[in-house]
Amino acid sequence: MRYETERTRRRGHADTATDTLARGLGIFSIALGIAEVVAPRALARALGMKGQEGLITGYGLREIATGIGILASKDPTPWIWGRVAGDGLDLATLATALERDNPNKRNVGIAMAAVAGVTALDVYCAQTLSRESPHPLPPLQDYSDRTGFPRGVEQARGAASDFEVPRDFRTPEALRPYTQPDLPQNPMPSM
Amino acid sequence: MRALVWHGTTDIRCDSVPDPEIEHPRDAIIKVTSCAICGSDLHLYDHFMPGMKSGDIMGHESMGEVVEVGAEAKGKLKVGDRVVIPFTIICGECDQCKRGNFSVCERTNRNGHIAAKAFGHATAGLFGYTHLTGGYPGGQAEYLRVPFADATHIKVPDGIPDEKLLFLSDIFPTGWQAAVQCDIQPTDTVAIWGAGPVGQMAIRSAILLGARQVVVIDRIPERLAMAEAGGAITINFDEESVVERLNELTNGKGPEKCIDAVGMEAHAAGTVDAMYDRVKQAAMMETDRPHVLREMAYVCRPAGTLSVPGVYGGLLDKIPFGAIMNKGLTIRTGQTHVNRWTDDLLRRIEEGQIDPSFVITHTVGLEEGPEMYKIFRDKQDGCVKVVLKP
Ligand SMILES: NC(=O)c1ccc[n+]([C@@H]2O[C@H](COP(=O)([O-])OP(=O)(O)OC[C@H]3O[C@@H](n4cnc5c(N)ncnc54)[C@H](O)[C@@H]3O)[C@@H](O)[C@H]2O)c1
Ligand SMILES: [Zn+2]
Ligand SMILES: [Zn+2]
Repeated sequence: MRYETERTRRRGHADTATDTLARGLGIFSIALGIAEVVAPRALARALGMKGQEGLITGYGLREIATGIGILASKDPTPWIWGRVAGDGLDLATLATALERDNPNKRNVGIAMAAVAGVTALDVYCAQTLSRESPHPLPPLQDYSDRTGFPRGVEQARGAASDFEVPRDFRTPEALRPYTQPDLPQNPMPSM
Repeated sequence: MRALVWHGTTDIRCDSVPDPEIEHPRDAIIKVTSCAICGSDLHLYDHFMPGMKSGDIMGHESMGEVVEVGAEAKGKLKVGDRVVIPFTIICGECDQCKRGNFSVCERTNRNGHIAAKAFGHATAGLFGYTHLTGGYPGGQAEYLRVPFADATHIKVPDGIPDEKLLFLSDIFPTGWQAAVQCDIQPTDTVAIWGAGPVGQMAIRSAILLGARQVVVIDRIPERLAMAEAGGAITINFDEESVVERLNELTNGKGPEKCIDAVGMEAHAAGTVDAMYDRVKQAAMMETDRPHVLREMAYVCRPAGTLSVPGVYGGLLDKIPFGAIMNKGLTIRTGQTHVNRWTDDLLRRIEEGQIDPSFVITHTVGLEEGPEMYKIFRDKQDGCVKVVLKP
């Protein structure tokens, strides 16, 4: 979508789908970040990365920050690019765990495949967002004083009731009573 | 002279072109002092409307000063007259013109045979609006040749700025006719789709004509704010269910009068709730362009009226004609019969009932026209109406 509303928060958009995707990625970021912060030890064990708990916690904090950035900012584009960079870091780190003697190599492979999948989504989302809003968009204009009525709206109501609707523009007589049932002067049409 | 010239889809340029000349004794040439970009021009810009050729000059909302008059127009116009030019070219003499049905004048469309192939019968010639309607060069230019100039003009007095008068050429009478087509009663709710320039004028007209309540539907905050300033209740179709809200505002009965001020490039709502989905299914809707027509036919109160100033070019898909027929709806539509209303509307401007200049958000030189087409189309920068000063 192209216009700023409470829901989309961004201007210059072609569709809401990318917005929704960006928000989804933001929530995913936070969830993953929390998992990394809360259970670095379990993760390290599963990936055969013992001793790197501190690094995992750090990455978790990064994910949470990025997620908040995506959800809270007016324009999530730079934050989604941030996710792309983070994905690269994640993949590089996981790659170091792919050594021959790691008994959990299979898990690392699965994790890398998952990250690669999310990376593809991140890149797609970031590119679409960048295409949609190449320039920062100016703020909303205030048109609340543009009544169009020099004497104000209340004075304008019915001010043109001297106008006589030409015959060819009038509602067919038979349809009138139905459209204004509470007007007594309109008799029910005879069947 | 310089003019905005159509070269292809989304390709409009400010080019140097030959000055127009008197080609027929009924012609006049005007020096354009102000002109505007219309929502109808966007259908050409986006090339939804067929029948444009590369090199065509755009524009059908212009005013200025008469600088040359053909022999047969001399009785009605003289050099120096200040005139607004209606977008419909009229002869003033044919059967339709005599009835005030100016936009279907039988004489002014020099490509009437093409129009008749497409529509069954020819319609009037229009400025800067495809070869179906005569292929007449438009008025987004320094000079404009006005064919049938003895009839095709609105004389306006000095001492009122261009900005207040310019829209007599199109959008003010268009919004007015849209409201008049509704034959508004004091008990009526008038729902207007589209808060673009035409919708804005329709709101003001419906208020002046005494509607009980005027509801407007759009999704662009600036336009909704401008609509609200004019006395309308607003619905943001991206955030609310249009059908549900309209029923709520009318005790479940639906608005008596519905106006389509959107036309063929309607957007379908981005966010839809369950109710809206049901409506979509019931009416066999798809997210297609005549979206507004479908919604109006569905929500309108039985025996109500659909007024359609929005422009359509050809064939529409999945119009719920069952709803229209069974509810006994009246449909009124057409290009505006501009001169039928302008004397009365000029008087209302002079009397201070209305000042149509409220809608102008951008005033720029002709060279900036191509850029403004894009800004207007994309509703950027709070753009509602662009006036160009050649
Ligand atoms: N009958 C005539 O003689 C005549 C004259 C002038 C203009 N027009 C037509 O009137 C229409 C409007 O012109 P404009 O200058 O106001 O154009 P515009 O493009 O500026 O305005 C159209 C508005 O409709 C809104 N819209 C899009 N989809 C919608 C939906 N599903 N529901 C509600 N609103 C929706 C858009 O957000 C926009 O604000 C165009 O089709 C134009 O060609 C007709
Ligand atoms: Zn127009
Ligand atoms: Zn005629």
